[in-house]
Amino acid sequence: MRYAMAIDTRKCVGCGDCVVACQTENNVPFGYARDWIVEIVSGTYPDTLKVHFESRRCHHCDDAPCVRVCPTGASHIVEGGIVKVTPEECIGCGACIEACPYGARYFHPDGYVDKCTFCDHRVKNGLDPACVSVCPTHCLIFGDLDDENSPISKVLRERDYYQLAPDAGTKPNLYFLK
Amino acid sequence: MKEQLIVSGRHIDILYPHLHVWGFGIPLYLFIGGLAAGILIFATLFYLMGKDKEYTVTVKIATIIPPIIIALGLLFLIGDLRHKAYFWQLLTHFRLSSPMSWGAWTLTIVFILSIFWPLSFIDDIIEFFSQRGRQKWVKVFEWIKTLIYDKIKFLGKIVDWFAKNRRPLAIVTLIFSIILGIYTGILLSTMNARPLWNTPILGILFLTSGISTATAAIMWLTNNKEERHLFTRIDFYAIILEMYLIFQLFFNMTQGPEIQVKTAEMFFGGEFTAIFWALFFVLGLVLPWILEILEMKGFKVPVAVPAFLILYGGLLFRVIMVIAGEISSFMPVPSVY
Repeated sequence: MRYAMAIDTRKCVGCGDCVVACQTENNVPFGYARDWIVEIVSGTYPDTLKVHFESRRCHHCDDAPCVRVCPTGASHIVEGGIVKVTPEECIGCGACIEACPYGARYFHPDGYVDKCTFCDHRVKNGLDPACVSVCPTHCLIFGDLDDENSPISKVLRERDYYQLAPDAGTKPNLYFLK
Repeated sequence: MKEQLIVSGRHIDILYPHLHVWGFGIPLYLFIGGLAAGILIFATLFYLMGKDKEYTVTVKIATIIPPIIIALGLLFLIGDLRHKAYFWQLLTHFRLSSPMSWGAWTLTIVFILSIFWPLSFIDDIIEFFSQRGRQKWVKVFEWIKTLIYDKIKFLGKIVDWFAKNRRPLAIVTLIFSIILGIYTGILLSTMNARPLWNTPILGILFLTSGISTATAAIMWLTNNKEERHLFTRIDFYAIILEMYLIFQLFFNMTQGPEIQVKTAEMFFGGEFTAIFWALFFVLGLVLPWILEILEMKGFKVPVAVPAFLILYGGLLFRVIMVIAGEISSFMPVPSVY
């Protein structure tokens, strides 16, 4: 199993439902967010001005630098390639935050490092992650890359996509559909 | 125009407007690690070369510093952790892929060895201070001596054992001190998300800088003219090597991939230009180097001036590298709306 997520930047309107759903589902403390929306404006007005939205979160990299630099093994990869943190093993040194090119990790007010878990507690029971299940435009597609018939495998075969900071060499698992 | 903006509200102060995870404690700790490693490298190396009679300060007296500053560094290190109650987790794991892990182990080993090195020379240290009439220091070390030999007797036994096996232990200390000096650079260079740090030169650069700060500390402490001249000469070469490594660091960056070229721009016209080249490179590297040349030519230069400038430069270098490294990034950091 290799979990991955695709974000259809043509469909995303930046409503923020995914952010709120995650905060509610995972009891994310006030002022913090495990996923967030970035509005990207490029070009010059009025000719080439373009806007698109990216719903961003942890990229659950195959070669995760945060897991590599963790001194205690609190950062680890579980089945399906999901990167998780064990709060009881985390010493709060911040090495993983420094090592992440995506800014996906932060200190929980209690001191340990917190991040997106791809809602593995839901995924285990056959449900989609909270952000995916609430998306009103269905722009988030979650699934197993090893399964040829999963929606994500299909959409990655059919559509063109880009990834964020692939040159950082982390082999990320978030795909942004063009 | 290309602008990135977070529109969903994400007010995490360590991430925006730019990454700021490691405060002043980490560069200070890296400075302390380099300085302690440098002093121990000289002490053990000169001992192994059989120069402990000629260079007393290097081999015996200066080694009082490492255990004290490493203890301080450990306090800074623990102070910088956010989940402090779980600090012990560091000592129940060993992970080779994480310099933070094997570095903590190296530091622990060097800390223990560095405590026993000066203790095994305690008679020489007491004699050194009494010859110079520093009665306060004599009292302090005599108190320590009675403490380890009369009060806590097993400590005295360990010290005696250390004194008997000094040669093999010097080799062990030398090896671990070199690892400690390199580790302070590698700790940063494994973070592949930070282009400024992610270069293979940082390990040797931090080791060289640490050795340079150690020569400064030794030449400041010693009042043996010959010893001071020797360390002035050693530092003269260490600074040349350090300047070359800095040149190589930036030369490689400006010839590298786009992301490293952009990172180098922070130091060539960007926000760190003035502080790096004027306050660190000229004031903390070139100026003490010139003063050392003058001293070697026979001019009278008060030793405190170049020594202070080198120590100041070593600390400032680490502060700049940590802060600038955190700002350097593979992706533009979106502004928060």
